[in-house]
Formats: sequence, C-alpha cells, structure tokens
Amino acid sequence: MVGHGLTLTDNCLTRNDWVCPLYVRTRSTELVEATVSHVLISFTAVVVALLLAIPLALAVRRSPRWRRTLEGGAAVVYTIPSLALFVLLVPFTGLSALTVVIGLVLYAQTILIRAVLVGLAAVPADVRDAAAGMGYGRGRLLLVVEAPLAVPTVMAGLRVAAVSTVALTTVGAIIGHGGLGDLIYAGLRSVFRAEVLTASLLCVLLAVVADLSLVGLQRVLTPWRRGVG
Amino acid sequence: MDGLPAQVWAWFADPQNWAGPDGVPARAAEHVGLTAAAVGLACLLAVPLGLWLGHTGRGGTLAINVTNVGRAVPTFAVLVILALGPLGLSIWSTLVALVLFAVPPILTNTYVGVAEVDPDARAAAVGMGMSGRQVLARVELPLATPLLVAGVQLATIQVIATATIAALVAGPGLGRIITAGFGLQDEAQVVAGALLVAGLALVADLAFVRMSSRARRGRVPAVE
Repeated sequence: MVGHGLTLTDNCLTRNDWVCPLYVRTRSTELVEATVSHVLISFTAVVVALLLAIPLALAVRRSPRWRRTLEGGAAVVYTIPSLALFVLLVPFTGLSALTVVIGLVLYAQTILIRAVLVGLAAVPADVRDAAAGMGYGRGRLLLVVEAPLAVPTVMAGLRVAAVSTVALTTVGAIIGHGGLGDLIYAGLRSVFRAEVLTASLLCVLLAVVADLSLVGLQRVLTPWRRGVG
Repeated sequence: MDGLPAQVWAWFADPQNWAGPDGVPARAAEHVGLTAAAVGLACLLAVPLGLWLGHTGRGGTLAINVTNVGRAVPTFAVLVILALGPLGLSIWSTLVALVLFAVPPILTNTYVGVAEVDPDARAAAVGMGMSGRQVLARVELPLATPLLVAGVQLATIQVIATATIAALVAGPGLGRIITAGFGLQDEAQVVAGALLVAGLALVADLAFVRMSSRARRGRVPAVE
C-alpha cells in the first residue's frame, strides 16, 4: 500500500484530517522527543515541588502565624495565571526549560504544602498521645506514626499536582519549552490538525499514566490499607 | 535584568499604551467581558444541573469526576483544537473553550454543597411540610451557597488564566499585550502585560473573598 500507491493528492495529511496514522508513523521521532521532554519537565517539577513542600510544611506546622503566611503566599501564586507566571520568570532564567520547571514547581507547591499539612493534622490526637506515652520523641513520632498516616492525604495531593502539572506544561510553549505543547503550538501556526490532536491526546494519556502510577505507588506504600474500599 | 523595572515603569507611563484598541483599558475590558460572559454561561449550565443532581442524589460520580477529567485536559490544547475546528479563529471558539473549563468547578461544588446538606435539616424541612422544590430553594440552596460561590471563584480564576492563554491562539484580552510584546521582542511590554494579568486575577480573587465573607456575616452562625 505504501510506496507507489501513496500520492500527494489523497491521504490524511493532504486532507488535513484530525486523525492521521500516517502522521504518527512519519513523525514518530518528533513525537517521541516532545513526549520525553514533556515527561522530564513535568516529572522534575513534581519531584522538586514535593522535596520542597515536605520540609516547608514541617517547618511551619507548629506556628500558626508562619503557616498562615505560607498558605497565603501559596494562594497568591496559585491565583496568578500560568502564562503570566512563566513570562514573569523569563527576566531571571531566560527562555529556558528551567523557567517552565520553576513555574510548575511554584504551582505544584501550593497543592502539596496543603496536602502535607492536612495529612499531618488529620492524625488523631489519641494516636499521638499513645505514641508519646510509649516514649516516642518528636522525630520518631513523625517518622513512625505521623508520616505513614499522612501518606493517603499526601498521595491524593500528589495526584492532583501531577495531573495539573502535566496539563500545565503545555503552556511552556510560549517560551519554546512546553514539551507536547510545542507541537500543539506549531500545529496551530501551520494549521496542522493531526499534529495538534495527536499531541493533545498524548498529553491526556501522560496525565492518566501519571495518575495511575501514583495510585499504584500508594498501594505499595500503604500495604495496611489494601482491600479497604 | 539590568534596567528592566525602569523600562516596565516607562511602558506603563507611556500614554500611547493606554489609548486605542490595543491599549490597556480596551484589552482589560475585553478580558473582563470575556471572563464574565464565560462564567455567566457556565453558571447557567452548571448550577441548575448541580442542584438537581445534588437534590436527587444522582450522578455524583459524574459531578465529581468532571473536575478530575477537566484537570487532565490542557486548556491550551482545547483552545487550539477548537480554533482549528468549525468555529475557526473566532471569539466563539475562545468562548466555548472558556465555558468548558468553567463548568467543572461550579458543577462539582454545587453538587457537593447540596449533597452534603445535613440530612436532619432536610428531614426537618420535609416534616414541616415543604415540597421537594421548597426544600431545594429554602434549605439546600442557602446551605450550599458558600461552596457554590467558592466554585464560581475557582472558575473565574481559571477562566482569567485560560483567557490569557487564548491570546496565543486568537483570543482578545490582556494576553495580547504579552504576545504582541513577544512579537516586538519588547521584554518590558511582555512583563507589563504579565503584571496586568496577574493583577486582574488577584483583584478578582480578592473581590470574591470579600463578597463571601460579607455573605457569611449576614448568615445565622451554624450550630456546631
């Protein structure tokens, strides 16, 4: 079929169809590259955000004043539209992938700090008292009792953060580092439907894969909850 | 970075940037108008549906998952797909995209607000002889209002952000100042546009915070 039968006059590329297997076949390198860069940007952002959110939440959890300040700051960041946030970082970090990653970290941060604080606060007081009565110090209480009990809440926050981050990465196209968003932007400018739809579907697929992986990770991290509806 | 704040300041001080259809007031008016239209239309669709689903207790999975699905779909992708579709590069494709992203938070919050009304309050209303419609209007809706308003607030912030991204496609609004700045390679204009967008979002958010705290003050305190 491919070869002599393939003419420029009639195929899904020349018809500019939304769904075009020929596009996926002929531009697979480009698609794989964009997907890999999308995954790298999103993954880095979520991991860095989590690594920052945990110590920040632990630092402010016993001080209502600092806690309010941090949560207020996070709320302000969350309100700023993504495009504006990315653009406001450009004078500092240039038109680089780093700019996109920093912007995404700031957004994911606001979700994760909250999740960690809520997760820790939800540990029942009598559980804490029992551990204290058994002679647990603060550090051991945190590691052995509070952290495992906070895992489900933190994981719920992590899922929201990961899915939003994967979607938001596309906006990085404004500075040329949007992963699959770059293909969507290029497809817009050249009115190339297959490129736009394929990249968009891959984005959604990445978000679903990220979400399912985190569900799997949670099952591994909380074996005692398995079988709980 | 050198001298950029001064250049941004100069951009704001230049009267040319405040006049005509590309000026700040015109672009801000477009942004606000588009946001209000999208959020208004989304409320018309989502509030009655959320109230009905919450009242009947049906479709909870749908009402809640619509937000989760909405989160996974990139706004930028939907804007571009609609622009390359039958509506073309018009304001209508932008408006449809904005409404699509404003519906989920309003629908979910309205549904949860009604569904989580204390069953005792509902039973008391029924015991007083209220009809289903009266229960909805006089008990469930007032109790669901704070959450409903929070949903509209979320939707508004989301729409302001999405309307900014729409400028990359064909949309009007303050985002155009940013994209035009990129076209002119004028960093000061790009930053000025971003500051305007951020300012608009923060002002809108603050307006909702004040509105809902005023609404709370007028209400009878809930019994714990």
